[in-house]
Amino acid sequence: MKWQDVCEALFGPDHGIVEQDELLRGSAVFDGEPLDVLGTTHHAAIGYAMALRQARAVLDTVQRSPGRTLLLLVDTQGQRLRRHDELLGIHRAMAHLGCTVDLARRRGHRVLGLVYDQALSGGFITSGLLADACHALPEAEIRVMRLPAMARVTKLPQELLEQLSVANPVFAPGVENYVAMGGVASLWRGDLAEALRRSLAQLPAEDRRMLDGVARGGRKLAAATVQRVLDAA
Amino acid sequence: MNPRRISYAECSARERLARLLDEGSFHEWLPPAERVTSPHLAQLGVPTSFDDGVAVGRAGLDGREVFVAAQEGAFMGGGVGEVHGAKLVGLLRRALRDRPDAVLLLAESGGVRLHEANAGLIAVSEVMRALLDVRAAGIPVIVLIGGANGCFGGMGIVAACADHIVISDLGRHAMSGPEVIEASSGVEEFDSRDRGLVWRTTGGKHRYLLGDCDQLVEDDVAAFRAAAIRALGSSRPLTLQALEAEHALLAARLALAQGEVDALALWRRLGITGAEQVPDARVPQIRAMRPNPQEQPA
Repeated sequence: MKWQDVCEALFGPDHGIVEQDELLRGSAVFDGEPLDVLGTTHHAAIGYAMALRQARAVLDTVQRSPGRTLLLLVDTQGQRLRRHDELLGIHRAMAHLGCTVDLARRRGHRVLGLVYDQALSGGFITSGLLADACHALPEAEIRVMRLPAMARVTKLPQELLEQLSVANPVFAPGVENYVAMGGVASLWRGDLAEALRRSLAQLPAEDRRMLDGVARGGRKLAAATVQRVLDAA
Repeated sequence: MNPRRISYAECSARERLARLLDEGSFHEWLPPAERVTSPHLAQLGVPTSFDDGVAVGRAGLDGREVFVAAQEGAFMGGGVGEVHGAKLVGLLRRALRDRPDAVLLLAESGGVRLHEANAGLIAVSEVMRALLDVRAAGIPVIVLIGGANGCFGGMGIVAACADHIVISDLGRHAMSGPEVIEASSGVEEFDSRDRGLVWRTTGGKHRYLLGDCDQLVEDDVAAFRAAAIRALGSSRPLTLQALEAEHALLAARLALAQGEVDALALWRRLGITGAEQVPDARVPQIRAMRPNPQEQPA
């Protein structure tokens, strides 16, 4: 789904969200309340500069509109793979972005993520995955790496990986698997505005993704392992 | 340099814990005897480890109580899977509950463990949130980077969220490994076999000169211990003001680096005198070169 269609479905034709060089920004009104939108499009690569542009937008919302709800629209091919970004410290810029999202939550902003197209690894960790809750459209795609690249790095046969990716949620790409593991709270089907309304009403007060992973059967060990560390003598 | 120094890079995670912390003080939670392993690796026919590549527990450091995690680079490159990540989250949540004097993270990791990629990706974001909770509570999180595998990917981001970072001149801290960039963007973009280029781009000296870490030390376990002790009490709360200052610093750096500069040109633009000597300079010389030296070891 195009970001324009998502915004129109959520906020109507006069939504006020604009794109500038792959960055989406703007303020909309939802159920009579102002809401800030921040996102990326065209499968944007998140480089040092893009991470800073996103961080600036989050800081602006915190500075200018205390408490305002923030919706993160995710479409990224992952972190930018360039030597110059590494030289500048892309890890620090991405951490900075993550810290701004975290700060917004701590200061009472409701932060919601929506993967409307594609989410890959590094570009996702510091945006949607740091929201209070992250949702996705059913046709969206979420993964860490393409299978051929994964086969190269892990030195496992690609046929084996393809076989596993059919049935194993821990390994296989796909939004359904992220829902099963608790990383994605829900899939937004049908009326998107109604889905946003419901998601805002059900915003979790704490990070409960591991518990969802257990309840949905997709990530069975994480919560129990945390509890064992907490209880260990 | 201490002639009888013990290389931090060559130590295993457990050797680092034994030598860095107060003698005999490390008490492990979920030790190997409990066989907390990854069920996902077995399915792939890949060997597992009885600690899933990370040891967590409490210990003394110069008489203070610290919670500590050490990643084992020799197992899956320190990659974060479901169990590995959950042990880190458990340690951080326990720190939030029990309030030790600090949390130490001996980081050595290539990031998300691809063999259980989805679980690892979510786990890294859970570690980030748990770490920022600890930091917000005023308990300093201190990261030590000096293992042969460096600190990359999601763990590179996690480490950059800490209050205090110590790195050795052999340590590397960045996002994507040079091999990944070369595979994706070509050898002319990043020649991963050019060791000098790799270290100028991601290595400890470069990170220190840029101000991306707080202390630069020799590849010596005793030097890491001394640096960790100095870092106790270095809590830096993440306020709006602090993040605006961080933003201004990172934006100024971007402006300074206009034109796709290389490391040498960037060091010169930072005002480092004798920038061309950096690759051959020893740690004490590098410390003296940093434009705005922060607190230096005595």
